[in-house]
Amino acid sequence: MSYLFSNLVRPFHALERHYIKGIMERIEEKLRILADAAKYDVSCSSSGSKRQNKGGIGDASASGICHTYTEDGRCVSLLKILLTNHCIYDCAFCVSRKSSDVKRAAFTVEEVVSLTMNFYRRNYIEGLFLSSGIFKDADFTMERLLRIVKKLRLEERYNGYIHLKTIPGASEELIKEAGLYADRMSINLELPTETGLKLVAPEKDHDSVRKPLAFVNNTIKTFQSERAVIRHTPVFVPAGQSTQMVIGATPETDFQIMSVADEFYRNYNLKRVYYSGYVPVNGSSPLLPEIGTRPPLVRENRLYQADWLLRFYDFRLDEILNPKFSQLDLDIDPKLGWALRNPAFFPVDVNTADYKTIIRIPGIGRQSALKIIRARAFGQLREYQLKRLGIAFNRARYFMRCSDTPFRLGEPNMAQLKSQILKTSHTKYKSLSLEGQLTLFS
Amino acid sequence: MTVYVYDGTYYGFLCCIFECFEMKEWHAVPVSESVHQSSFFDSQRIITTDASKAERVLNGLQQRIGKSRASDFFRVFLSEDPRALTAAFRLLVALFRGNGNILENYGNDDVLYVAQTLKKVSRERHRMKAFIRFSKSSDGLFFALVEPDFNVLPLIASFFARRYADQNWLIYDVKRNYGIYYDKLTVVEVQLDINIRKQFETTQVKVAADERNAHFEQLWKQYFKSTNIEERRNMKLHMQHVPKRYWKYLVEKQP
Repeated sequence: MSYLFSNLVRPFHALERHYIKGIMERIEEKLRILADAAKYDVSCSSSGSKRQNKGGIGDASASGICHTYTEDGRCVSLLKILLTNHCIYDCAFCVSRKSSDVKRAAFTVEEVVSLTMNFYRRNYIEGLFLSSGIFKDADFTMERLLRIVKKLRLEERYNGYIHLKTIPGASEELIKEAGLYADRMSINLELPTETGLKLVAPEKDHDSVRKPLAFVNNTIKTFQSERAVIRHTPVFVPAGQSTQMVIGATPETDFQIMSVADEFYRNYNLKRVYYSGYVPVNGSSPLLPEIGTRPPLVRENRLYQADWLLRFYDFRLDEILNPKFSQLDLDIDPKLGWALRNPAFFPVDVNTADYKTIIRIPGIGRQSALKIIRARAFGQLREYQLKRLGIAFNRARYFMRCSDTPFRLGEPNMAQLKSQILKTSHTKYKSLSLEGQLTLFS
Repeated sequence: MTVYVYDGTYYGFLCCIFECFEMKEWHAVPVSESVHQSSFFDSQRIITTDASKAERVLNGLQQRIGKSRASDFFRVFLSEDPRALTAAFRLLVALFRGNGNILENYGNDDVLYVAQTLKKVSRERHRMKAFIRFSKSSDGLFFALVEPDFNVLPLIASFFARRYADQNWLIYDVKRNYGIYYDKLTVVEVQLDINIRKQFETTQVKVAADERNAHFEQLWKQYFKSTNIEERRNMKLHMQHVPKRYWKYLVEKQP
């Protein structure tokens, strides 16, 4: 081991070479198993931390960097691994559950540290995302995770990004200490509702997630208020907390899912809620979708769009989803859906409307809205100018007025409008939703 | 139309602005000597680069629009796109002639084109922060070869110096034949001699790499494969995020 990971620079001897080949093969096998088991955690964000390099190696880029993308199109920013996939729990949706027939492996502390450092130094990654199956008990697992992040920060003088899982049930002292070294911490809700969770993971409940989320959130606030008085207060989880829900494993509605997300954003100041379309895993419970069922990718995307509307577009949840309208449209995005249900709001005159009104026009985002507001100070905007700004003109045209838009009498027929928009816009989802159907016939 | 032929540097470009105001030639067009072809109809003049003149222009610009937006012009300049340079030149002339807030007028073609170019350059800068892959050589140097679409090495030097402060590194732009080298103190511009450059075309440069380096490259490839979810395969999205032209230097995309 020490041969491979030492900073010693000299060629290997033949014997060493043979010995090292064996070590490499074992580590590669562990990496294969423990990266494969960690990949269903979708968060790969490396943003939000401003940790600076103080004489060691690495810093955190505030905007985050995706170093590559896998063939499923997901970003690879962090080395995302489990410390081990041994687990005492038996959650039906999880590939590493106790009863699952998968190969088990465990990294040593040194192995995780050296993989992280060697990948980081070659600019492969922004940092480490470390999670783990629960072996023995929560404290034992958390203590081992803590040992890794401490070694990275204190011995390797590593200042890159670290996303650490909070292990539900771990003691507050351990969680608090870990927060001093991690940039982000997270705990997954797993299923959006308590009933769903009880169904597939009887040993777990939402309270064991809420408690540590609240504890970390309160500690973040304490550190922040201390920093207002004492400048050299250490940082504590500077990139905040996040959580994840599995979508499509149990029959919750979009309204139920987004209500939970909305509540968690408000109560625990979460930076992100992730929605992870359920990918059936081997030999799982009959309660869950069968193997071979396509993950609900379109639905997942619509939920993220709704999430964005809540966080950045000043929409209220009940405008997008409510008990009467409890599922998002799959064929159109939620902002367009809202617009079609609210014809009285339109058309919006881009030459006079305020920012918050303009961003409600389907096809116009926040950047374009800012450009419109700056540009109109120089004169009335015409359609040809809007087209060039980079908005989705084909969608936006029906909902806005420019200075040269011909006057329209009465309200347009929204059902007709929808089919017209769907006809003229070539959405990437048309082929995706068809794909699922076509396989039936091919 | 008057054509200003300058030496291809940013300072040379700024000297064209100086000349334009000195001679009151508001419709002059700057052309880099490397791409310049003399035309029968245009009058042309060679502009000599004078650092003090360029700095006067730069200071004036910073005073008018602030340091950060002034540096946007440098970024646009690094695009090496003649149309963007001409548009930027016209905007600079307008700015100095008192049209202070012209940069916000996105209805204007020049403003829009410059803004779009700026975005492209910034995106390439970001990509280089992401896609650079260092190999560790036997003498401890971390080196990387790149061929960015735009000349963005000047924009990423400080980022890499801050991040990899405790290792020697070299990032070499194969297309433009220069690199930036960091010796744990400062970043300097370097040019490799022809014999070393020839090795880039073969795989000889790999030989100098540390033996352990190959092991970590193998581990990285394994990780890249294992973290992919086959059921969600979406090659179109993959290609959109990692365009093919970057694959050449990406470890994980090597067979």
